[in-house]
Amino acid sequence: MPTIDPVILFFVMGIVAGLARADLRLPGAIYEFVSTVLLLAIGLKGGVELARDTGGMPLLELAGVMAIGLALPLPAFLIARHVGRLPRADAASLAAHYGSVSVGTFAVVIGYLAARGIDYEARAPVWVVLLEVPAILVGILLARGLAGDVAWRKLAHELLLGRSIVLLIGGLAIGWASGPEGTASIQPFFFGLFKGILSLFLLEMGLIAASHLPTLRRHGFFIVAFGIVMPLLGACAGALLGRALGLSTGGVTVLATLAASASYIAAPAAMRTAVPEANPALSLTASLAVTFPFNIIVGIPLYERLAIALQG
Amino acid sequence: MEQFNRRLLTIVTEAVLERELIAEFDALGVRGYTITDARGRGGRGTRKSDWAQEGNIRVEIVCEPSVADRVAARLRERYYDHYAMILFMHDVSVLRPDKF
Repeated sequence: MPTIDPVILFFVMGIVAGLARADLRLPGAIYEFVSTVLLLAIGLKGGVELARDTGGMPLLELAGVMAIGLALPLPAFLIARHVGRLPRADAASLAAHYGSVSVGTFAVVIGYLAARGIDYEARAPVWVVLLEVPAILVGILLARGLAGDVAWRKLAHELLLGRSIVLLIGGLAIGWASGPEGTASIQPFFFGLFKGILSLFLLEMGLIAASHLPTLRRHGFFIVAFGIVMPLLGACAGALLGRALGLSTGGVTVLATLAASASYIAAPAAMRTAVPEANPALSLTASLAVTFPFNIIVGIPLYERLAIALQG
Repeated sequence: MEQFNRRLLTIVTEAVLERELIAEFDALGVRGYTITDARGRGGRGTRKSDWAQEGNIRVEIVCEPSVADRVAARLRERYYDHYAMILFMHDVSVLRPDKF
């Protein structure tokens, strides 16, 4: 039985310190730096591995991953609209958040698998890129309809050239072009320090999650239940898709975790400008204060077991 | 020393609007502005600057009163309903009127 990963304990420390109103705050510039390093490291690692084996990404897998990104917002929207009785804009915003993905959760799952020596497909960072945007577009369509006045060109530019996509693709390209030997000189920084940087990131995420916990009370039981049921639903869909695509156990775990995760960077920013009447606190609280902690503490080990059971 | 009257328009709003506002300013004939990160508390709760997602910005524009009125009208019409935003104006004196 492996002991609990220290990076998770940093997250718990952040939550406890935040709830206790401790005098602890990472400056915004540090958070930006830490998340930039994480995104580049994830991209580089994928790129280096891709350079090692030339097996590309099957077209079927590309289509499957995109399809799940387009499909996941629909059950989220229906549940929020009919069970939660939320206004259309709020339900659509939740749908966009839960269909899109969290790179932070991805970083935790690959750290989790690496610590256990479980292999996964090197192209996994590409899944992150494929999953980030489609759900946001579906969410905007759900709120606005096809005829809605949305500045699609501006929005597409914002989404496709968003920070996480540029850094992930940039990292992938640099890692792939330089290969294992070429990147040797930067590996100590990006790969050697990965868990340390991830710890700082999770400390800050804990502080941010704690600052959202008080608003949970205002939104009531539904949003807590939604924040736990949706990732479970997503994980099952992701795991079944991974199995159908013939991914490794590690790969199924990663895809299940991605499908379970909810966005808290790209989706909030896009929904805030495209669907301003949606309450931003509702989706962000569900994603940050319920789903993110649930996934990294309880979810990931659960999804790994699900992946093993499916391979069975 | 000769002084000229201009108006200082200050806007405090959500950081997520920064790009959109800059486009509005350009379209409305604003010739210059200063943007700083801000944090505080208001009708939409506490807003912190340490996380860009929920941060605030403070925009300062020194311009002709007519431009300030145009900007204020546009922001009120377009953003007041759904975003955390306040704006206020002062009369100020400048030394180089051609700049503002």
